[in-house]
Amino acid sequence: MAESCRLDAGVHRRAEEVPGGRVREGVRAYFLIACMWIRSTMAYRTSFALMTLTNFATTALDFVAILLMFSRVDALGGYSLQQVAFLYGVSSTTFGLADMVIGSMERLGRRVRDGTLDTLLVRPAPVLAQMAADQFALRRLGRTSQGALVLGWALLRLDIDWTPLKVLLMPVMLVSGCAIFCAVFIAGAAFQFVAQDAAEVQNAFTYGGTTLLQYPPTVFATELLRGVTYVLPLAFVNWLPATYVLGLPYPLGLPEWAAFLSPLVAAVCVGLAGLAWRAGLRSYRSTGS
Amino acid sequence: MGAGRLYVAVAAGGFRRYATYRAATVAGVFTNTAFGLILVYTYMALWDERPHLGGYDLPQAITYVWIGQSLFKTLANGGGGVETELMERIRTGDVAVDLYRPADLQLWWLATDLGRAGFEFLGRGVVPFVFGALFFDMALPADVTTWLAFLVSVALAMLVSFAIRYLVALSAFWLMDGTGVIQMAWLLGWFCSGMLLPLNVFPGALGEVVRALPWSSLLQAPADVFLGQADPLGTYAFQAVWAVVLLAAGRMVQSAATRRVVVQGG
Repeated sequence: MAESCRLDAGVHRRAEEVPGGRVREGVRAYFLIACMWIRSTMAYRTSFALMTLTNFATTALDFVAILLMFSRVDALGGYSLQQVAFLYGVSSTTFGLADMVIGSMERLGRRVRDGTLDTLLVRPAPVLAQMAADQFALRRLGRTSQGALVLGWALLRLDIDWTPLKVLLMPVMLVSGCAIFCAVFIAGAAFQFVAQDAAEVQNAFTYGGTTLLQYPPTVFATELLRGVTYVLPLAFVNWLPATYVLGLPYPLGLPEWAAFLSPLVAAVCVGLAGLAWRAGLRSYRSTGS
Repeated sequence: MGAGRLYVAVAAGGFRRYATYRAATVAGVFTNTAFGLILVYTYMALWDERPHLGGYDLPQAITYVWIGQSLFKTLANGGGGVETELMERIRTGDVAVDLYRPADLQLWWLATDLGRAGFEFLGRGVVPFVFGALFFDMALPADVTTWLAFLVSVALAMLVSFAIRYLVALSAFWLMDGTGVIQMAWLLGWFCSGMLLPLNVFPGALGEVVRALPWSSLLQAPADVFLGQADPLGTYAFQAVWAVVLLAAGRMVQSAATRRVVVQGG
């Protein structure tokens, strides 16, 4: 562990030698910085354990709200508690992972304002990787594990007619969902280059997005559904693949194969977010302080 | 300068400070409105399934959502007011400077927080509420007295909210790292104030307990006054008792804490 955590001068040199080296370099820098943060957190193990536990508890409140609702009703928008738990589990797990991997990006606005982004620019590693790994918080596993537990419970309780395709769709859904949320985080950070102290707008799409997906699509108005399907395609995180797995009617009368588009949608989202990030970074002018 | 005028000036300073961040305010309004939209649709599904749940009809439930989004920042249900700054000052020892001032520590911070709350109420509260009223069927009171009664209840809620957060901040005198306390306060404030679901929807004994706790002053109480679900005078009494008890507790803890500062040499 100690060996692998050392930031060495080799990070930069490698980039020119290998094709696609920029990405590898970024991933490498990311892991080194994340590793450093994990080590520093682990210096206070009790504190770390407590923080993970509170992270688990605070994020579990959303599910408590759903449980409270179901203490009064048997179905919400035509979905049973187990079916809602399935949606919740996928949304919370994928968002939790994305938040852990790249959630620190939301600090970008503050770094632009106080000028500390400049420090990252002069370092020989991609800024995106440095931003994403900055203050890497392993305690955010609390949200992911809580989501995974709910998902596991739902899978046990649901009577799903499993086919090989549905089994295959499960990991595909989780990976693509995580990638879509990562794209939202990157795009949100790129937006902060323009709107420096409007970081809270990002929350509407990140935290708001995951909250939205925790409820059945049948609950929401058609315009809202169109928005999160065609404009900001959050529906591909869980609504579309999950309705296929659950064998429920699709929102917006979409064709059945739409459930399998998630990886493609995720790839496009990540690509577009990457472009937005580059444009944002290029437009960056230091505060000069 | 009279003591009263001093605190008015401090409150005005708090108001102006928060009013400086215009882009952040616009961003906050946008986010509160977006969350309001998500909540409104889930509530509509819920009340569609069980009309008159918790004694509210659908327009009342929708109104509840937008009141919640409007007051969320004002009342800092989960935290996020001046207490984070006070905590930081306690941690770094800067609080010694505050203690030197010819002003009372608790009143000083109360004035700052009221200034902040006042700005959040006007700057961030009005727009989500108007948005809700324009696009959804809301239960708006027809008489002016109910609106005024609501404002009084909001003012009392500001006091209770500050009193809770002041206690949270003072814990930093004993625990150098307040992260855990802040998280716990957030958890309780969020759950027990009715931000997740109206407290009258909570089932059985759980509902009885959360409605008796101080956090129910922060959203449930003003909302029920607004919706004509609660007698204003009874609500005021409930809120005022909690405000007095918690502010007195804060004062006691404060005197214990300031003695500590002197011992440490500040």
